Amino acid sequence: MTAQEKKRNNSPEASFPANVVIVGCGRLGSLLASELSRMGSRVMVIDRNSSSFALLDIGFSGFRVTGDAVEMEVLQASNLTQADCLLTTTEKDTVNLMVAQVARVVFSVPLVLARVYDPKREILYRRFGIKTISPTSLTSHEFLRVICPDGGPT
Amino acid sequence: MKVIVVGSGKIVYYLTRQFAKKRIKTMVVTPDHGEAKDLAQRIGTPVLEGDGTDPHVLGEAGAFQADAVLALTPHDEDNLAVCQIAAQMYHVPRTIALVNDPENEEVFQKLNVSVAISATRILSILFEEQAGFEEIGKMIAVAEGNVSVSEVILREGGPADGTQIKDIPFPDEALIGGVIRNGKVLIPKGGTQLQGGDRLIVIATEVSLDQVLHVLAGKGQIE
Repeated sequence: MTAQEKKRNNSPEASFPANVVIVGCGRLGSLLASELSRMGSRVMVIDRNSSSFALLDIGFSGFRVTGDAVEMEVLQASNLTQADCLLTTTEKDTVNLMVAQVARVVFSVPLVLARVYDPKREILYRRFGIKTISPTSLTSHEFLRVICPDGGPT
Repeated sequence: MKVIVVGSGKIVYYLTRQFAKKRIKTMVVTPDHGEAKDLAQRIGTPVLEGDGTDPHVLGEAGAFQADAVLALTPHDEDNLAVCQIAAQMYHVPRTIALVNDPENEEVFQKLNVSVAISATRILSILFEEQAGFEEIGKMIAVAEGNVSVSEVILREGGPADGTQIKDIPFPDEALIGGVIRNGKVLIPKGGTQLQGGDRLIVIATEVSLDQVLHVLAGKGQIE
């Protein structure tokens, strides 16, 4: 955690971020939102379809914003300037990458993580300072680890 | 000059046709199979069928040699990705994106897209100019909606700017109730000279309001 992140965090000792914004409330987004909310984070979830919020845990105590996160107005309404961290988990790489960059550049969110399916795009967005997680790379890594345990990927 | 156009629909067709006439070497990237075939036949421009937000597809389209990339899809996030991939991976000097949400225009510029064009914003500017007046606001309907009290803001350089009230061909059923200038209320008299930026309180019947707007903001003639 950097000094800037600590400053935004209400309690520096906490092992979870105080304010989190999650874009996309699909299987991954709703799971992350529910987990973080249970740990004690203040969570804001954004999704285009309000019906997606049904995937959240019953105990979810965060906020729900219905809207398209590639619209500035929606991000402004989501208190992004207060966020310690933003996770983009929509099904569309280009949406995740755009929202991640806007969060970093316009709203100066200290920690931004984007899900990116296509590993080719991942390389590019690392250059822009966006941390990415690629389910494709992770899964392929796991497969290879199992089938070739010795000479596996490095 | 070599240009890559990413997108689909009429805009891509007409633009590519225009470029062909100007002998600009164009490569179109479009995701739809039918459209790719159709475009290639109709304009004779090379068309690559594929997703323009995929770095390999852009490479195949010849991004390394391109002087400019135009991203014209209906999705802002895709247009941004096309421009960023072109600039970062293929060093394309000029990237031009269509933005659908006008607020994204500024965002795209911050994210190093060379030119971001918002059709929404251009249309709304054109419309406001066409309408001829900066603003008409705070309309209050009285007498069962037959008469309205409205605030009309005079445009600088408009037909009423610098004109005395008595010289304005105002319709009979309308009246300037007050002139607000720099936060002060002036009681309008025949000799009061109007200025751009003045806010006029206009009381008018529904029928004459159009004429009022015409003489204050339009060509200055009642038809």
